[in-house]
Amino acid sequence: MGAGPGPDSAVVRGESSVIEVDRLRKIYRVGSIEVAALRGVSLRIDEGEFVAIMGPSGSGKTTFMNILGCLDQPTEGSYSLDEVLVSEMDDTELARVRNRRIGFVFQTYNLLPRLNAAANVELPLIYRGVPRRTRRLLAVRALEAVGLKDRLHHKPSELSGGQQQRVAIARSLVTHPQIVLADEPTGNLDTKSGVEIMAIFQALNDSGITVVLVTHNADIAQYAKRIVRFRDGLIVADETLSSRTIAERDESLDALIAGLTEGTAEEVKAG
Amino acid sequence: MNLLEGVRTALSSITSNKMRSGLTMLGVIIGVAAVVIMVAIGEGANLQVSSQIERLGSNLLIVMPGRTREPGARTMGAFGSMDVLTMDEVQAIRDECPSVGAVAPEISRGTTVRYGSSSIQTQVVATTPEYLSVRAFTVASGSFFTEQDVLSAAKVAVVGQGVIDELFSGADPIGQELKVGQVRLRVVGVMGSKGQSGMTNVDDAIYVPITTAQKRILGTKYVRTIYAQAHDAKSMDAANDEIVSALAARLGSTDAFYVRNQADVLGAAQDVTRVFTLLLAGIASVSLLVGGIGVMNIMLVSVTERTREIGLRKALGARTVDILMQFLIESVVLSVVGGVIGIIVGSAGSRIAARVAGWPAAVSLGAVLLPFCFSLAVGLFFGIYPASRAGRLNPVEALRYE
Repeated sequence: MGAGPGPDSAVVRGESSVIEVDRLRKIYRVGSIEVAALRGVSLRIDEGEFVAIMGPSGSGKTTFMNILGCLDQPTEGSYSLDEVLVSEMDDTELARVRNRRIGFVFQTYNLLPRLNAAANVELPLIYRGVPRRTRRLLAVRALEAVGLKDRLHHKPSELSGGQQQRVAIARSLVTHPQIVLADEPTGNLDTKSGVEIMAIFQALNDSGITVVLVTHNADIAQYAKRIVRFRDGLIVADETLSSRTIAERDESLDALIAGLTEGTAEEVKAG
Repeated sequence: MNLLEGVRTALSSITSNKMRSGLTMLGVIIGVAAVVIMVAIGEGANLQVSSQIERLGSNLLIVMPGRTREPGARTMGAFGSMDVLTMDEVQAIRDECPSVGAVAPEISRGTTVRYGSSSIQTQVVATTPEYLSVRAFTVASGSFFTEQDVLSAAKVAVVGQGVIDELFSGADPIGQELKVGQVRLRVVGVMGSKGQSGMTNVDDAIYVPITTAQKRILGTKYVRTIYAQAHDAKSMDAANDEIVSALAARLGSTDAFYVRNQADVLGAAQDVTRVFTLLLAGIASVSLLVGGIGVMNIMLVSVTERTREIGLRKALGARTVDILMQFLIESVVLSVVGGVIGIIVGSAGSRIAARVAGWPAAVSLGAVLLPFCFSLAVGLFFGIYPASRAGRLNPVEALRYE
């Protein structure tokens, strides 16, 4: 099943699977017609992996991501997150998983237009019950990590596409998730901005966060450690990259992200 | 997400669309203000009527000539045959009714009163000295006429404040002579001010001994009304029964007169004003209802407009109940802010309305708290459907919504 850890990801990080799906099927009913978006997908992703999911439109990759993100439920099959069956969680537990363990990055950024960058980044912390001052502190730190320290009070409409996506990444990071799920995060960006975004994802991954990324773009997929290809609701290929592309990044990025990771738990507890 | 956070989010969303929020609130403001004003008018009318009736005196039973005893049909001033009650009946009540304290007869008639070269149209009220205690009247200066004056049909009068102002231009009238018809009356006292009572202004009257009026002015032996005062509130029923049996025995029938209890009159009048208040409040509530529907309409639009936001919030960890609360709080904040403004507008409006109508302004705590709770309820009731619709949205579909 080719779910082995990549060469540098590692046995070091242990054999614990973060995500394990077994024979997932998802059937949409449109009127009387049934459309199978997933037709039996099994996959295991270990902690610290960086997986790119590729496939043409309608291959089921977005549906798959929604299920991984606990936003959608499969029609059949099982999904275990940290060896706990997601199908047995209720609404509150699912919300908690989405809030604390998973960070989402969307193709269209999905920032709230009436809130400034910092307030957008704070959103998930509100649902975590973090007090206001701590929230602001964590949001500023997350925005600093993605290089937007000087854009805290800008509304999304005052930011470029690449900057908006970095705000969205800061929002996904601010809760210090275990997994970041990104659905075509570079789809609306030019190549240069896209590479900057991938540099952040690689730095995140190096800090220990599991990254799963959906993309159309073969070049973007080369930044991952492993590529899983979908076609017609099935996995048709699963390869571990022996030589991946490394995006150039400033060393300070790692330090900032590391600082974010270390600080968060304490700050949240302190708050 | 705690309540404070919810209110903060709601306020930010409300202020982000000021025009729309303002217009939505206007519906609630008008509704609440209308309820406040209408209830205040109703209560003001009620107070006015009650105080007028209470000003008659306390623990009063009013005996009038008449053929019917239907409640409410003849509260004041409507008569059957005038020629039924005489001073003998007054005496009979005094003698035969142990539960009755003071008894006073009354005849009153509009007439022309002259002083020097000026004259006015006023009421001549003929009675006995007991009238003072029965009607709880006071004498401001001089004295009331005495039993002796009644026995001798003395040509004396006590004048009300209104008469002094009009006839004597405010000068001291004691010792002066008035003319009623051809009868000269010497002023011996001035009544304390009482104001409106029932249908008449008791200040605009002169008071004379009943015998003087019967013999010298009106030429009659009958009296129009007998006021009987029970010893206390508890003996009212007993006094009523005693008067009925005493008079029925003398007059041969219970149809020749009727006895009206002051509490009955008050109760009947209050029933009327209560219905009046309810009616007004009911009409005003319709506008509050319309305001509430406006809130619901805007909340439904808001939920649809913010479908993606809802999807996003769910993806970021909002529970169904968090989303539900967010929209519910928003709708409650809209209506409560509208309600508070409406109460302020309504209180100001009812003061103006009271001044125009000449009633006491009656903005009671209840008349403020009730619409406040009402607007809260409107926010909850009309917010719950849009909010639950928002809460139930499927995050995947909501995120895909364009």
